[in-house]
Amino acid sequence: MLNQISCIMFSTLLFFISVLGIFLNQKNILVMLMALEIMFLTLGFNLVSSSIYLDDITGQIFALLILTVAAAESSIGLAILVIYYRIRSVITVELMNLTKG
Amino acid sequence: MYLLIIILPLFSAIISGLAGRWIGYYGSSLLSSTCILFSMLLSFFIFYEVGLSGLPCFITLFSWINSGTLLINWGFLFDGLTSVMLIVVTVVSSLVHIYSIKYMEEDPHVPRFMAYLGIFTFFMLVLVTSDNLVQLFLGWEGVGLASYLLINFWHTRLAANQSAIKALLVNRIGDFGLILGILTTFYTFHSVEYSTIFACTSLFSNYYFSILGIKIHSLSLITIFLFIGAIGKSAQLGLHTWLPDAMEGPTPVSALIHAATMVTAGVFLMIRFSVFLEYAPFSLFILTIFGSLTALFAAMTGTFQNDLKRVIAYSTCSQLGYMIFACGLSSYHVSIFHLANHAFFKALLFLSAGSVIHAVSDEQDMRRMGSLVLFLPITYSLMLAGSLALIGFPFLTGFYSKDFILELSQVSSYTNLNLSYAPFACWLGTISVFFTAFYSFRLIYLTFLNNSNIVRTKLSVLHESSLLMLLPLMLLGLGSVFVGYLTKDIFIGLGSDFWGSSIFILPKNSCVLEAEFLLTYIKWIPFFVSTFGIFFISLLHIFPLFFYNNFKYNTLFYQFAFILNKKWYWDKVYNIFLVKSLLNFGYLTSFKNLDRGFIELFGPFGVSLLVPFLSHKVTSLQTGQLSHYIFFMVYGFLVFFTFFVPGFMLDIEFNSYLIGIFCILFVFV
Repeated sequence: MLNQISCIMFSTLLFFISVLGIFLNQKNILVMLMALEIMFLTLGFNLVSSSIYLDDITGQIFALLILTVAAAESSIGLAILVIYYRIRSVITVELMNLTKG
Repeated sequence: MYLLIIILPLFSAIISGLAGRWIGYYGSSLLSSTCILFSMLLSFFIFYEVGLSGLPCFITLFSWINSGTLLINWGFLFDGLTSVMLIVVTVVSSLVHIYSIKYMEEDPHVPRFMAYLGIFTFFMLVLVTSDNLVQLFLGWEGVGLASYLLINFWHTRLAANQSAIKALLVNRIGDFGLILGILTTFYTFHSVEYSTIFACTSLFSNYYFSILGIKIHSLSLITIFLFIGAIGKSAQLGLHTWLPDAMEGPTPVSALIHAATMVTAGVFLMIRFSVFLEYAPFSLFILTIFGSLTALFAAMTGTFQNDLKRVIAYSTCSQLGYMIFACGLSSYHVSIFHLANHAFFKALLFLSAGSVIHAVSDEQDMRRMGSLVLFLPITYSLMLAGSLALIGFPFLTGFYSKDFILELSQVSSYTNLNLSYAPFACWLGTISVFFTAFYSFRLIYLTFLNNSNIVRTKLSVLHESSLLMLLPLMLLGLGSVFVGYLTKDIFIGLGSDFWGSSIFILPKNSCVLEAEFLLTYIKWIPFFVSTFGIFFISLLHIFPLFFYNNFKYNTLFYQFAFILNKKWYWDKVYNIFLVKSLLNFGYLTSFKNLDRGFIELFGPFGVSLLVPFLSHKVTSLQTGQLSHYIFFMVYGFLVFFTFFVPGFMLDIEFNSYLIGIFCILFVFV
């Protein structure tokens, strides 16, 4: 049943899974970026479902904006990744530890 | 006139101390001696007016401390007791001043010496004339200070420094007792003035302090505290160790401070507080026990000392024991009588010893003297008179006071008086008489009569002292022969009203009358015992070979003499168990562990260690690993929401326990 509670539960669960995906991941930065995208998607999903159940258009406007921002962000992020790979020839997250405290 | 006697020594001290470099040796000597001679004359007037005419005098200058119920005036009290002490102090002091002019002639610091003598006399006069306990304490501390300065007069000598510090510190232990006594007096009577507290004493005879449910008789406690002060100042057993060491000072100083005046301050205090003591039987018991033990102990120790001055110092200690146990037997007027007489013959003995030491070029060891009777006939005859007076030879000064103390102790030891401690004092006092005779004549024999052991170089410059030194000796010699007989009726005569209200004896404690009518053979005992002492020591020195051969190889006797010579190892025991452990405590515990250890660790040093340690911990959290950063971000968000967003997690109680867990997690993750 697609009611409000299950929508919110689903998006929250997916959000936590993506959080875990970010900080349990030691190897691959691409997977981290993907998890980040999932976080954006869960937010968008949450906003859309809320706007439907609250019968308010603002949530959908915000979802569209977030989609845009996510697209821009992932393009910039991938660009940074490419530059980084060009310099270091490696993109393992574990080895990105040059800025220690 | 009454205040002038106190001001004059202070004036001379200030002038010769501050202007000493301008008035020089002659000026300071002349000035100090003149001032103190005037003081002496005035004290004779006071003795006539206050003592003989019976006109006590109270002078209140102005208020010193005025706070709540505490009112302390600069007040001076002249009664019979004070007038006698004034005579003693000023006479001995002025004779010592005159004596020192010649004795210290070759010393480069005469003005300083005269200034110290003046300071001492001033404080001693303040002590005896004060009409309240706090002003007495001023004098008490002042004479302690003067004693330090005078023992330390030759301050380049290590031994003098050590002795002076020892004298001051050991005295300070007693002073602490005196302070406690003053405080408890004020707590009880809400006053420290003699006139007030002595008037109220009988009302407080059943007054008890209640401390932790234990009831303590207040007058006993006060008098025991005061007696602790007297133990320190009057060198009673326990705190006597400073007195023999104080002989490091110049000989006139020993005569002035450690024979005639300062050490008598403790006895004076006890006599002054006769009213308290009379209502505190337990303190009388303590006084008797301590006094008689001191008398015997010091007399025995004196027998095998080889230092001329040290023998006399132990003799002083022993005689002070007599005075204290006379106080313990409620015979305060006999005690002050002995004090006055003792001042004369002990000053005579010390000054004669100084004359001898001067003659043999500062040699103090009696074993390196001998046959001085041929060279110093005047000193010899004076010292003999002094010694005979000391051992209580009939019709000399000591006889009238010392034998009377012994007679009193004989009376007190009657079983029907229920003074169980009096026989103890009686026995110890009588045995001390033997030792007194023994060491006095040992001194005479070794110094004057035996064959000479002097080095030839010193023998060639042997000379009798000049007139300026002999004159005080002669006056003191006259004093030690006649003073006892002349003042006997004034001081201890039956029904003499000389003391007025300055000495109080409960009628049930007074046994002067009984002492007068003792059996004849008991009265003879001290004489026989002292004669036996003289006889015994004479045998030892007249037939030396026979006795020395017998005694020298007798292990028991030899060990005994050795222990006596080492003063019963009292100093050694104190040094090992008390001084050393206290110093160790001071260094190891309070300095190293507490000051430099504990407090430093929790103070600046520890904090300065903690800050880098913690900051290192915090910086080491920044590992550079992306996933760690994300973990802390998430974690931080959770903490933030848990505690700082209201209503977020209401069901978790906001308590320190959780904060602690979070902090620990935060630091050590």
